Amino acid sequence: MTINPDQPITFSSTHRLQWEEAQQKTVILYPEGMVELNQSSAEILKCCDGERKLADIISELEQKFATTGLGNDITAFLEVALKNGWIQQ
Amino acid sequence: MKTDITPPRWLLAELTYACPLQCPYCSNPLDYTLYKNELSTADWKRVLSQARKMGAVQLGFSGGEPLTRQDLTELVKHARELGYYSNLITSGYGLNEAKIAELKEAGLDHIQVSIQASTQELNDHLAGTASFEHKKQVAHLVKKHGYPMVLCVVIHRENIHQMPEILAMAEELGADYLELANTQYYGWAHVNRDLLLPTKEQFEKAEAIAQAFKEKVAGKMKIYYVVPDFYEDRPKACMNGWGTTFLTIAPDGVALPCHSARQLPGLDCPNVQDFSIEEIWQNSKAFNFFRGDEWMKEPCRSCDEKEKDFGGCHCQAYLLTGDMYNADPVCSKSPDHDVIQQAIASARTRALSNEEKPLIFRNSKNSRHYF
Repeated sequence: MTINPDQPITFSSTHRLQWEEAQQKTVILYPEGMVELNQSSAEILKCCDGERKLADIISELEQKFATTGLGNDITAFLEVALKNGWIQQ
Repeated sequence: MKTDITPPRWLLAELTYACPLQCPYCSNPLDYTLYKNELSTADWKRVLSQARKMGAVQLGFSGGEPLTRQDLTELVKHARELGYYSNLITSGYGLNEAKIAELKEAGLDHIQVSIQASTQELNDHLAGTASFEHKKQVAHLVKKHGYPMVLCVVIHRENIHQMPEILAMAEELGADYLELANTQYYGWAHVNRDLLLPTKEQFEKAEAIAQAFKEKVAGKMKIYYVVPDFYEDRPKACMNGWGTTFLTIAPDGVALPCHSARQLPGLDCPNVQDFSIEEIWQNSKAFNFFRGDEWMKEPCRSCDEKEKDFGGCHCQAYLLTGDMYNADPVCSKSPDHDVIQQAIASARTRALSNEEKPLIFRNSKNSRHYF
């Protein structure tokens, strides 16, 4: 599965993205399951608001973390997220 | 040493043992009718708050049939306010569109509907009540109201031949997840084991069909396959480690490290009416009983896989060998592994014989035989 650069990316309506105080982590919750996210994965998913497209997300995060060259890593993670049903296009 | 106690992540709230269904593989205790006093709404709210504060995040409302509790919506609302991801584990009995919408509004995240078989005749026979058409209707309504839809089918010898039809039914109903739960032989399923345990050939055939289907629907439907441990060489990892992750509260308020632990002798399982969740999780005898590996006997003690499966299931060791400190006899390293082979052979003999022997259904009349 690949990310379509022309379509906005939405976080799945049947999953929940939530900060867990006890774990000091952002997690994805779904029926009888939970995925713990590292900080960068959490930042990427928080950008999947149904309005931003791939390029918007990359430029926003590069700006936020004052760096460049995040494109490949972000795209690769979003493809995993799409395959797992965490995001939709 | 019992150091590094991790906080609970999963809270299973068994709201009631009451259930209109009579499934002969029910995981409730055989003597469930003895436990008549159910926790109050205020007790449950306190339990949810205390466990959430410790870090529990997945919450299962189960039973019995949780919909028989009049305060379910109120509890769901409280759970949502606390930030739980709440799962309703139901037979579908008592669910209509208004209730499904009401629970959604209250913040319920997901509904798991159980179906007993792919045909009305077998479903209604196993459930002990006419429920098939209603269950299918509920599954449609769950989808319609935007919940992820999880269909759960418990697999055993009476329905394993329906595997292709069960998979087709899940697809037709638009399930997002399908739980194919091979029966675990505790409680009522243990009593009915000769009639429920499929032969190895049946398992292998059904598993191959399910595996092919899993590949076909990849990306559309997720399959949870609960393995039939009698046909494995190694035991399941008991509760992801005793007292590490899971906390079950029984209808009468007894806190259990797993929902079968009530049958184990000498655990003195504490009640939430007497202690806080934190006290129970950290300090109670029951929750510390099998933490770590000091309790282990051989062959577990020196086994290089003990960190992986924790010696397997203590309830199974107790049920089948009479000693809960023994290795789970499912393990081929267990000196008691023969009991599994005997159980398989005994069920096979029954499967091939023409002699009629009825299933013992889970109901209050039959429960009284086990006091």
